Amino acid sequence: MVLNCKHVWRQISDYIEGTVDPELRDAIETHLAHCRHCAAVLDSTRNILVLVADDRTFELPVGFSDRLHAKLSETIASTAPGNE
Amino acid sequence: MREASRGTAAEESACREAELIARVLAGERELFHELIRPYEKSLYFAALSLLRNVEDAEDAVQEAVLKAYKALSKFRSESKLSTWLASIVLNEARGRLRHDRIVAFQSIDEAPDPEEEFTPAVIADWREVPLDTLERKEIRELIQDAIRSLPEMYREVFVMRDVQDLSIAETAAATGITEGLVKVRLLRARLMMQKCLAPKLQTGRGGVFGFLRKGAGASWF
Repeated sequence: MVLNCKHVWRQISDYIEGTVDPELRDAIETHLAHCRHCAAVLDSTRNILVLVADDRTFELPVGFSDRLHAKLSETIASTAPGNE
Repeated sequence: MREASRGTAAEESACREAELIARVLAGERELFHELIRPYEKSLYFAALSLLRNVEDAEDAVQEAVLKAYKALSKFRSESKLSTWLASIVLNEARGRLRHDRIVAFQSIDEAPDPEEEFTPAVIADWREVPLDTLERKEIRELIQDAIRSLPEMYREVFVMRDVQDLSIAETAAATGITEGLVKVRLLRARLMMQKCLAPKLQTGRGGVFGFLRKGAGASWF
């Protein structure tokens, strides 16, 4: 199986997920070993996903947790948990 | 959650949650605080990614948590609490977005399939952007803006899978679409993110960030 760059791009997400079948994975890796552009696309995509998943990417507003639990306390005091 | 070694810890946590839920439903209502505390941060991140501003995101999480409390007896232990809460936040966000405009969340004809949607930013090489750079506000904002710039149907699956770390199956359940469609949208979303961010994060070799170049010239090679 010989893949061109566009084929590889279409598989990049499944490749990152680890869900491509072994034959396709081998073909992708053969392509990546010879194509620095596709290797850079894969590396950058992976790197961006790691950055996105990091806790530091988003900040909680000051007092967020206090306000949330204060609101929750009001509801808990007046309402039983149910099946609304 | 993708490492086998975390399996047992996850199971223990699920057992602990099941016990807490039973006690809340049996009358120890205050324990609900403890139940949701581990998730409030990630729920806020999801809301902030799905919505456009911090006030809406905070309101959406508050509403979602109150709804989760009021509907707690509907929670089924075969699904994960994190997935259930994430889907409530998603519904809350959808409601708020609908309030402003009519949105077709799952149109029958999926967006046309222009090649462009599958085209990443083609770059010659990639220098790893270390996690430490997230200490910088402008980097965090670049990433947040990129997520928010995704069209809604792609943003939903991206946020559930890549921000919330739900599985493909859980993302499908939370968004109400098939796993196949989740994978298609996830591919497009990830390539759009790469296309948007890779050139900005990797401009110049003296510093990975394009905005440095404006003031500094290109003298740091």
